[in-house]
Amino acid sequence: MNKEKILSIRDLSISFMTTAGEANAIRGVKLDLYKGETLAIVGESGSGKSVTVKAIMGILSGNGSVKEGTIDFTYERNGETVHQDLLKLTKKEMRRRINGKRIAMVFQDPMTSLNPTMTIGKQIMEGMRCHYKTPKKEAYEKAVSLLSLVGITEPEKRMKCYPHQLSGGMRQRVVIAIALSCDPEVLICDEPTTALDVTIQAKILELIKEIQDRTGISVIYITHDLGVVAKVADYVAVMYAGKIVEKGLAEEVFYDPRHPYTWGLLSAMPDLNTSDEALYTIPGSPYNLMGKGKGDAFADRNAFALNIDYRMEPPMFQVTDTHYAATWLLHENAPEVGMPDALKNRISRMRKEA
Amino acid sequence: MEDEKKPLLEVTELKQYFKVSRKYEVKAVDGVSFRIYPGETYGLVGESGSGKSTIGRSLIRLYKPTSGEVKFQGVTISGSLNREETKHLRTKMQMIFQDPMACLNPRKKVLDIVAQGLDIHGMYKTKEEREEKVYNILRMVGLSKEHASRYPHQFSGGQRQRIGIARALIMDPDLIIADEAISALDVSIQAQVVNLMKEIQAQTGSAILFIAHDLSMVKYISDRIGVLHLGHLVETGTTEEIFGNPIHPYTKSLLSAIPQPDPNGEKKRVALSYDCKEMGIDYNAATSHFIGGQHYVLGTKEEIEKWNKKV
Ligand SMILES: Nc1ncnc2c1ncn2[C@@H]1O[C@H](COP(=O)(O)OP(=O)(O)OP(=O)(O)O)[C@@H](O)[C@H]1O
Ligand SMILES: Nc1ncnc2c1ncn2[C@@H]1O[C@H](COP(=O)(O)OP(=O)(O)OP(=O)(O)O)[C@@H](O)[C@H]1O
Ligand SMILES: [Mg+2]
Ligand SMILES: [Mg+2]
Repeated sequence: MNKEKILSIRDLSISFMTTAGEANAIRGVKLDLYKGETLAIVGESGSGKSVTVKAIMGILSGNGSVKEGTIDFTYERNGETVHQDLLKLTKKEMRRRINGKRIAMVFQDPMTSLNPTMTIGKQIMEGMRCHYKTPKKEAYEKAVSLLSLVGITEPEKRMKCYPHQLSGGMRQRVVIAIALSCDPEVLICDEPTTALDVTIQAKILELIKEIQDRTGISVIYITHDLGVVAKVADYVAVMYAGKIVEKGLAEEVFYDPRHPYTWGLLSAMPDLNTSDEALYTIPGSPYNLMGKGKGDAFADRNAFALNIDYRMEPPMFQVTDTHYAATWLLHENAPEVGMPDALKNRISRMRKEA
Repeated sequence: MEDEKKPLLEVTELKQYFKVSRKYEVKAVDGVSFRIYPGETYGLVGESGSGKSTIGRSLIRLYKPTSGEVKFQGVTISGSLNREETKHLRTKMQMIFQDPMACLNPRKKVLDIVAQGLDIHGMYKTKEEREEKVYNILRMVGLSKEHASRYPHQFSGGQRQRIGIARALIMDPDLIIADEAISALDVSIQAQVVNLMKEIQAQTGSAILFIAHDLSMVKYISDRIGVLHLGHLVETGTTEEIFGNPIHPYTKSLLSAIPQPDPNGEKKRVALSYDCKEMGIDYNAATSHFIGGQHYVLGTKEEIEKWNKKV
């Protein structure tokens, strides 16, 4: 298998200046995206998923800065292969050459990326008009067909609506239509379907899949919905406190998770067969990004923490060619510890049903 | 339960229409009736655009209802309100909004955003008490004291959502309208917030109107559920009735589409489809039919018989 690497993130570290000091939001992220594949990033709220992809787009907030690292983007221009470190481009160059055109992003909060004073029709046509000089009539028709593809009924009438006249899920779908309008090579979706009901969500996921089969675009998908991840992802990366703690093929991470944080994440998802009084939550509170403490960021919340977890951060251990996890439990001298029984039972039940 | 307790909220034939242009009117909510009892959680589910948020927004009177009646703690709140009634409504009913960024003032610090309701209604004696209340509620939703001095854009999506939750809970309301309040949160924090809401409910006896599209979470948190489609309530009943014996084809299609954390099963699965035009279903010709217990389904007599048989 010879897969083409399209995005390659190395040693990315980002911090933010706040009134309380410097917050180290991203601490050494390494991640690859291959052509035609879907990478899902999952992890606790505040673990750095959005900041990572915002760095790809070059749109960190003013108080943030990249401390270290590279983000290499490989693309074709006039038949030639170009390698570009996106972190070296200015905001203006990003806007002109990359954003929206080659890499498009669907933001987590649809209202922040829509202009409240412009009809949604105009906003969908804008990218095509400015990047590709598409004639007005053609852009209009494409906009209408995109709206209907994302499941908005009576699209012609809706073209004239302003964002506040749409429901939350409709706004989210408008943002998806905008991202798809310029046929990007990389599509980044940050919680694109959180406000959508399951049927429409399935429709959007199928739409993206269909575009992917047709044009071979690569997709980065951020979501906390592990059901969605199971449906779309080829590869899964689990983030905790600004680091990737486990990554692997979807089957590996779901059926053979190795990191205690991943165990917790999978256990916290309610499935239709659970009816315990209280849902499982990962104990303790999220890691304080201000701290420069030694040891593993997850140690305090980890029921399986070893002594060494309090002294040294674990490196990435390799499980298979594609599966890695950063936990001392994988060290050859570590005691034999397996995932909790409840989770083991659930996984084996799922595998039987499948 | 139906006859014993007096309902906290009683919605009768609520309609909310919007005129978008001269020729285009959206019937966002088209004759919806339901009740919520003190201390219970009523889950409202339905596809995007079915009118869920609009119902919430009409209840807290961000809109003036086109027609219908809403009674809250025995007081009619769908007509014009005097000052006393407005204050009652603004303190005792709180909404957590779907779009967190759109309702958080970007120029204000979190401390002041969360304390806003307390400020307006003078609900503390000293500055210390005000701060203490805010820190307390922030801790309960999984944020820390340090977060209080930040601005909304300095938070992750899920953290922002929790600011909205804190702002509503701090008022100690009798009815919380939670519009997709946890959908932007990861599962562990979702569970934490849901457990928190249940805890608060057990302590204060407040009722929750829980609007969501995630049926597994709705199943977990709700006592009763209403299924909304195109502005009509097509089915309502206890959680067991809806999940154990769904009757309306729309409810069935919703239930068939719930994703599970299982890559092999997920990649194969096809959901049931539902198209009311194709199936010849006309909501305006239908009436609400009693099935048993607290279970009601919208349909004509023939439709109900047909759907009931298929089980
Ligand atoms: N402008 C900023 N100033 C200070 N801190 C910030 C800023 N932007 C983000 N952060 C912090 O960086 C961390 C990572 O944020 P990020 O938005 O990437 O989280 P996330 O993983 O996307 O979470 P969610 O699932 O809640 O969206 C959070 O702790 C957040 O508070
Ligand atoms: N202020 C408004 N002006 C015009 N139309 C509106 C307005 N608010 C809502 N609508 C329309 O009413 C319908 C119902 O919207 P609502 O926001 O209640 O849906 P929803 O069920 O909450 O959907 P979602 O799950 O996507 O949030 C939609 O067709 C929407 O476009
Ligand atoms: Mg985010
Ligand atoms: Mg809504």
